[in-house]
Amino acid sequence: MSAITKIKKTGRSGFFRGGREDSPFKRLVIHAILILACIIAVYPVLRVFSVSLRPGDRLLSTSLAIIPEDASLEAYRAILVDRDFLLWVWNSLIITIATAVVGVILAATSAYAFSRWRFPGRGAGLVFLLTTQMIPAAMLMVPLYILAARLGAINTYRGLVIAYSVTSVPFSIWILKGYYDTIPLDLEEAALIDGASRMSAFWRIILPLSTPALAIVFLFNFMQAWNDYMLARIMLQRPDLYTWPVGLWNMLFSYKTEWGVFSAASILVMVPVMTLFLYSSKWLISGLTLGSVKG
Amino acid sequence: MKALTLEIITRSLGEVGSTVVYVLVAAVVIEVVLYLLLTRVFRSKYAIPAMLLTPAIIGLLLLIVIPIGWEVWISFTNMSLRHFRDPEFIALGNFVRVFTDPILQQARFFPVFLQTVLWTVINLIFHVSGGMALALLLNRKMRLKGLYRTLLVFPWAIPQVIAVLAWRNEFHFQYGFVNTTLQSMGLPPTRWMDAPLANFAAACLVNIWLGIPFMMVIILGGLQSISREFYEAAEIDGASAWHQFRYITLPMLRPVLTPAVILGTIWTFNNFNVPYLINQRELETTDILVTALFRAAFEYNRYGFSAAFALIIFAILFVFSVFYIRVTGSLRSVYE
Repeated sequence: MSAITKIKKTGRSGFFRGGREDSPFKRLVIHAILILACIIAVYPVLRVFSVSLRPGDRLLSTSLAIIPEDASLEAYRAILVDRDFLLWVWNSLIITIATAVVGVILAATSAYAFSRWRFPGRGAGLVFLLTTQMIPAAMLMVPLYILAARLGAINTYRGLVIAYSVTSVPFSIWILKGYYDTIPLDLEEAALIDGASRMSAFWRIILPLSTPALAIVFLFNFMQAWNDYMLARIMLQRPDLYTWPVGLWNMLFSYKTEWGVFSAASILVMVPVMTLFLYSSKWLISGLTLGSVKG
Repeated sequence: MKALTLEIITRSLGEVGSTVVYVLVAAVVIEVVLYLLLTRVFRSKYAIPAMLLTPAIIGLLLLIVIPIGWEVWISFTNMSLRHFRDPEFIALGNFVRVFTDPILQQARFFPVFLQTVLWTVINLIFHVSGGMALALLLNRKMRLKGLYRTLLVFPWAIPQVIAVLAWRNEFHFQYGFVNTTLQSMGLPPTRWMDAPLANFAAACLVNIWLGIPFMMVIILGGLQSISREFYEAAEIDGASAWHQFRYITLPMLRPVLTPAVILGTIWTFNNFNVPYLINQRELETTDILVTALFRAAFEYNRYGFSAAFALIIFAILFVFSVFYIRVTGSLRSVYE
């Protein structure tokens, strides 16, 4: 009897798994810890924002206030009007979107093959895909540059789009394969019995059900291309083709370091990724883990 | 200065758009030809998977396998800026020199390797424990949960290069908030950029900050998939909170944690941006293997040597992963 009342009382409140009936004090502590963690997570970004608002003559300051007293948007005007920043962002944006589209298509179909067929070499293929993750990024730079030069892919968007989307294919396949594995075979079999072809079952049943994983793969491809510096540095040598990391980096080390302008640029390039992140956050958790949870 | 004109927009859109179209058309043509060939001529039962895989295989062959082959060939030669066109075959010379000669100016392979292991272990311990703590706190019905989750993912969502450069400013001796905060607590400021140990610690701090959100998201997903019935049953048996964590939560998280830990280890071991950019004074004491590799290749232009060096780093990671997968017995499920 007492054991049952105890369960009813404490209900679902184990500390290690969360419950609905935490005591007020415990809730207070939890909120306090989370607020502190949020401050640590966001504060450096707020500082960048703060520097971007400071007028040019007061960049270095020991003040910890976020919005300076004499805030000005001068740095934003400088980066948007006086520099090629918009051009760099445009270059990055189209390369990145094309990369994400191509990357998702390549991975979505291959992952389906890995998930649904037991073909010879499947295990080896999966291990190979994992192995590619271990390649240090700097390792492929010299051979990739020589290859790109031979194929005439230097100074083209095309070379970069293909290079980015292919190099992120292995990780995308792993995520998508894990996700497809969780979708019951019965759904496709029912469609096949109704006379649908294998590909139309894939197109009409599997893909719509995999939206969370597809969103995550799109996001990963997007982030990888949007943030890359190393490959863009060696593949793009004409200033009008620079992506923002290359352009910003050059700006940072060729002019006298203008932290206000750099910070304004940082805030602006964060916007697309943050938007995409927030938009896909409802899929982020299920898309990343559902596949591996099933085991 | 070049403005973003309409002409540039149309030209670039045209090039990128045509790239996407070319890739797709090429993929479809290859797939259809292969499919017809396999079904009509060879009558293979693997026609569909073969057709689905081919575009990715071609891409990976061209951009990963062939470059690795090149890299292996380069590693057997003395290619450098001076011998770029006429590299000589020197067999295993480079591989021997990685271990016998300094890999940079003074740093030798084994100290840098130990430093890299230390770097990986420190980071991973904090990533997993920090991510686990936050995920456990978030995994409950509570107010503001969505807001907390969004804010906590910030470090992951901002471009890494920007985050690292921003942090580098914050480690400034006089103006950075790290020292300002230390001083306001009555502690002496630290020379984060010049002192070898402090610089390494600074790199660790930044990378821990960057890496926790990924683990948090992964673990949170794992936690949400654990059925509440296990805990209810455990509570009837009188299991304490710690026991529930130890015997239910941890084992049930294993399928999520193992791949995340393997990937986390590889990514941390190979992390270039953080140690390279935080290391403003180019201290060789902060270098880990991949930053040393980058310097050997692109600052000292020793291509043959750095190719051998890269292959050795790759081999270390490969052996580790195989070992880890064997020991934990994980990933077995992926093969079924």
